[in-house]
Amino acid sequence: MNFRRFLLVLVPYGWLLALFLVPFLIVLKIALSDTALSIPPYTPTLDLSAGWAGIKDFFGALDFENFVFLTQDDLYWKAYLSSLKIALISTLVTLVVGYPIAYGMARAPQEWRPTLMMLVILPFWTSFLIRVYSWMGILSQEGFLNQFLQWAGLTSEPLIILNTNWAVYIGIVYTYLPFMILPIYATLEKLDVSLLEAAEDLGCSRTEAFWLITAPLSRSGVIAGCFLVFIPAIGEFVIPSILGGSRTLMIGKVLWEEFFSNRDWPVASAVAVILLLILVIPIILFQRNEQRQRELEQ
Amino acid sequence: MKSTWIPLAAALAACVTAAGAEEVHVYNWSDYIDEELLTKFEEETGIKLVYDVFDSNEVLETKMLAGGSGYDVVVPTGSFLQRQISAGAFQPLDFSKLPNAVNLWDVIQERTATYDPGNAYSINYMWGTTGIGVNVAKVAEILGEDAPIGSLELVFNPANMEKLAACGVHFLDAPTEMIPAALAYLGENPDSHDPEVIARTEAVLGAVRPYVQKFHNSEYINALANGDICVAVGWSGDILQARDRADEADNGVEIAYNAPSEGALMWFDQMAIPVDAPNPDAAHTFLNFILDAHNMAAASNYVYYANGNVASQEFLEEDVIGDPAIYPDAETLKNLYITTPYDPKVQRVVTRLWTKIKSGT
Repeated sequence: MNFRRFLLVLVPYGWLLALFLVPFLIVLKIALSDTALSIPPYTPTLDLSAGWAGIKDFFGALDFENFVFLTQDDLYWKAYLSSLKIALISTLVTLVVGYPIAYGMARAPQEWRPTLMMLVILPFWTSFLIRVYSWMGILSQEGFLNQFLQWAGLTSEPLIILNTNWAVYIGIVYTYLPFMILPIYATLEKLDVSLLEAAEDLGCSRTEAFWLITAPLSRSGVIAGCFLVFIPAIGEFVIPSILGGSRTLMIGKVLWEEFFSNRDWPVASAVAVILLLILVIPIILFQRNEQRQRELEQ
Repeated sequence: MKSTWIPLAAALAACVTAAGAEEVHVYNWSDYIDEELLTKFEEETGIKLVYDVFDSNEVLETKMLAGGSGYDVVVPTGSFLQRQISAGAFQPLDFSKLPNAVNLWDVIQERTATYDPGNAYSINYMWGTTGIGVNVAKVAEILGEDAPIGSLELVFNPANMEKLAACGVHFLDAPTEMIPAALAYLGENPDSHDPEVIARTEAVLGAVRPYVQKFHNSEYINALANGDICVAVGWSGDILQARDRADEADNGVEIAYNAPSEGALMWFDQMAIPVDAPNPDAAHTFLNFILDAHNMAAASNYVYYANGNVASQEFLEEDVIGDPAIYPDAETLKNLYITTPYDPKVQRVVTRLWTKIKSGT
């Protein structure tokens, strides 16, 4: 019995160890190294043939110099802040757009739901890159959007959207919308409609019933959706580099430049480690808090 | 049982060696060869050619320094090649397998030896300059007939740029090319590695930054050809390709390329074999094929870049060999400069400065 439980626990922990902790430790190790003109372009590398002395030399050569460097240039914290801001705003907009869609889907007649679900998932069948590229054709100055606006007489001059932060927001919201809709839909679909009827019987208006019953019961879906959008959005590289302008500052782009232009893998790794900490620490704190509340309720 | 296994194993082994010996993986710049040459290579040698492309030296260098790229032939630019040679990324060429190397041009060999001493690790594929492409009619309309289209004044003087902005100006997104150009404009040594001297370019580039529509390494070809922009700081052959596309489209757009009179960067794209190339023999066969005078001429006639192959010159078309924008005359040649790689500290200053200029942070 105990052995079976042990095996059951071992699988997820083994997964985390192999696919999260080990890669993280490799990145952390590079972050503590120095650049070198060699293959790979950093030093020290572990030389096990030298035995104990080799291991000692290896650890002796590691230091936190690169993390200190990140604090000395305002580029890095400005890029982190700007990424946080872009990710937060995008997540909020995605929520505001996605919730009504999920709500509509969950309240639609039973026989429509598979089709609606299909429509949400369908874009995934086309490459993400092609879909982002096609936004260039829509948003550019001679693009469909501007042609339509000018045809409709809403603007006389073409709006400059492409290569600005506006295009980045549009790209992120568009790309990640299904990740918001699906978890919210999953919780709303399970919601017991008789609860709403009971609330209305007891004198709640429909709006009150929504805020008192539907909103709290779909909370877990909203949280899951927000995480699924926020976490990839903060490190996003493809969307800002295709749709954003040279003034769009995001940490993914800074990381690319450290890695490719400066050939400084250690500083690039230090940037990545800090990014991970910015994401992981608040999420752990948040989940602890959730758990404590659940225990209190019980 | 045994008797069936032996032939099977032998057949498998034969397959493995055949696949190993008869494949070559080439990693070259995009839009940089006449694709008919690739088919011709496969037909002549029977070697299967896998041809991939990249669009920036940085991407190639990161692959080389990570090791195990799986490529047999790569094409870095001179200053990048030099750094990768010192990192031990390439193997010395075996010239006994390159009989066509006699075709190499000594004028170019002398210059590439700066990056690859003795030309031991690489052969020249193409070379060119970084200069200014203009839409002749539109620039004349905005700045008058005597617009300084042959001078860096056109793109680094804010008074000119302010007027050109509405029509559209693109710069290369390559700090290792734009900063030397700004230094040349200031009258400094374009190859200066002194951070204080390099810092002076911020004033030049920062002053014209508001008038630059985009920093990009390839979009300007079509943008110039379609008449969407008036001016681009770009690579010679790319601007000449834009000129050609406009001619073919017959859209009334006339593009001209000029190497600036203050001096222009001359660069060399070199073919080399990574130290861990899986098929070094096939790689040598490919290099020897490229070194053939007819093949090299076909490539240059197609992409409008000069090559380092003196024997190919008699097969070049007149609009290539006779165009001083491609094969500069002695006068222009004097005006060209080359650059050497920055060490990591200076490289960081340069990248940081470039980010600051582009993003304002």
